[in-house]
Amino acid sequence: MTKPLVAIRSVSKAFGEFQALKGVSLDVWAGEVMCLIGASGSGKTTLLRCINQLTAIDSGGIWLDGELLGVREEGGRLHRLTERQLAQQRLKTGMVFQRFNLFPHKTAIENITEGPVQVQGRKPDEVRAEAIELLRRVGLSAKAESYPAQLSGGQQQRVAIARALAMKPMLMLFDEPTSALDPELVGEVLAVMKELARSGMTMMVVTHELGFAREVADRVVYMDHGAIVEQGRASEVLGAPREARTKAFLSAVI
Amino acid sequence: MKAAPALAEGFPDLSGMHVAREPHWFRWFSAALIVLVLAAVARAFANGQIEWSYVSRFLTAKVILEGIVNTMVMAVLAMALGIFLGVVVAIMRLSPNPVLKSVATGYTWLFRGTPLILQLLLWFNLALVFPTIGIPGLWSARAVDVMTPFLSALLGLGINQGAYTSEVMRAGMLSVDIGQYEAAQAIGMGRLRALRRIILPQAMRVVIPPIGNEFIGLVKATSLASVIQYPEVLHNAENIYYANSRVIELLIVAGIWYLLVVSILTPLQMLLERRFARGTLQFAR
Ligand SMILES: Nc1ncnc2c1ncn2[C@@H]1O[C@H](COP(=O)(O)OP(=O)(O)O)[C@@H](O)[C@H]1O
Ligand SMILES: [Mg+2]
Repeated sequence: MTKPLVAIRSVSKAFGEFQALKGVSLDVWAGEVMCLIGASGSGKTTLLRCINQLTAIDSGGIWLDGELLGVREEGGRLHRLTERQLAQQRLKTGMVFQRFNLFPHKTAIENITEGPVQVQGRKPDEVRAEAIELLRRVGLSAKAESYPAQLSGGQQQRVAIARALAMKPMLMLFDEPTSALDPELVGEVLAVMKELARSGMTMMVVTHELGFAREVADRVVYMDHGAIVEQGRASEVLGAPREARTKAFLSAVI
Repeated sequence: MKAAPALAEGFPDLSGMHVAREPHWFRWFSAALIVLVLAAVARAFANGQIEWSYVSRFLTAKVILEGIVNTMVMAVLAMALGIFLGVVVAIMRLSPNPVLKSVATGYTWLFRGTPLILQLLLWFNLALVFPTIGIPGLWSARAVDVMTPFLSALLGLGINQGAYTSEVMRAGMLSVDIGQYEAAQAIGMGRLRALRRIILPQAMRVVIPPIGNEFIGLVKATSLASVIQYPEVLHNAENIYYANSRVIELLIVAGIWYLLVVSILTPLQMLLERRFARGTLQFAR
């Protein structure tokens, strides 16, 4: 029997008194495109950040490619991994942020080559050639030597996607990648993501772009108050939701 | 389709008229007043008990030139030590490790909290506390031989400077968006690599103006090292006027040199600022 690429089991996370995730369990299969939807504050960002370990979970477990993330089990106890081990585990996931977070003091191509050269210790020439290919793939061949401040929001986000892909991750996490963009720039970023989905990349996408979810997602997950309320094929969850809360959310956003 | 409504009457056509230049009487008056005051001061000094020939003679005297070189050497080395300590201490201060954090806080507290001249005297007189210093079994020496005026001044000025610089560096690092740190982590960087490759280069842009300030302050603070016999420019000027009693003349000589050095530093700082402004809109392209 095959195993899911990501297995999330009873994950909880609190910020002080506030319970941001309440026992979330979920499987993500290799090659799957999953869209996470839900009202602001429902815990979507927190879930992605837990998978990438930018946030440490309080209880439960997350396995990526069969490997337990963030902690090590020994003698019936869990021990936190070291900073170095966490960094090693993060190499398997790529993250795209709502606010791009490109490195402003580096050009587009330097942003892309930074990780493979500095972290993975690969040869600069070889990485550069790959970066040029990635820039072509996101439609920015002409902008290799531009600094982020010289790029539009849509272009910056496409460079950010290329930067994440350069690490050759098994899983790509997108946290509202088009929410900070002017409406006319959303399409170019979604087009890059669609191409990525067709290429077989496993993707978890937090988004409010229901059109994108309908067209690209294999599965849509609706979250509310730190829990998964409903999940299923895009046509089912978006077209014929079963839960009252899902219906209320969808009628509010459309 | 309706025609555009006719414009209302009563508003004359101003196009083609220029804005007149105002005479600015007060500016002329105040400028004249300042020139007068300056002239009076210059006259007072010219006719005062100052032998200007001494000033021009000693301005390039060998001892004075050696003094200003020593001043610069000490300022540059102490600043280098200060920046090194400042970066290390700022990183410790922002670390999640409580031990490193309190060591860093304690260092800043101690060296910012006591007068610089007191610290210089303590370093210089270390031999009174520890007659011999060294690493047990490996190396040892008499403290009086080790704690020369040069080394005492370097340690005193550099370690004191580090306490101030660490706060400037910390401010610079805090000014970098947290998203930059997360993006660095997301591509697999550890804390130190993210600091070195991503956070510090961006912090530099913010810290250069205050570090420039600190350096100018340090150039002048080297004069305090005259109390521990370090032969910087003021110390040498004093030695000359002890012999020839031309106190004011030699103080003016030293003053001219300090002004000269500080004037050269400002354009150097501009160059550095440009270097670290890479990627920001104003200098891009
Ligand atoms: N670092 C944090 N400290 C305190 N509260 C947080 C933090 N991060 C998220 N939260 C809270 O957790 C809840 C879920 O946040 P988030 O996962 O960002 O929701 P979503 O992405 O679905 O809008 C929100 O109420 C938010 O205020
Ligand atoms: Mg969010």
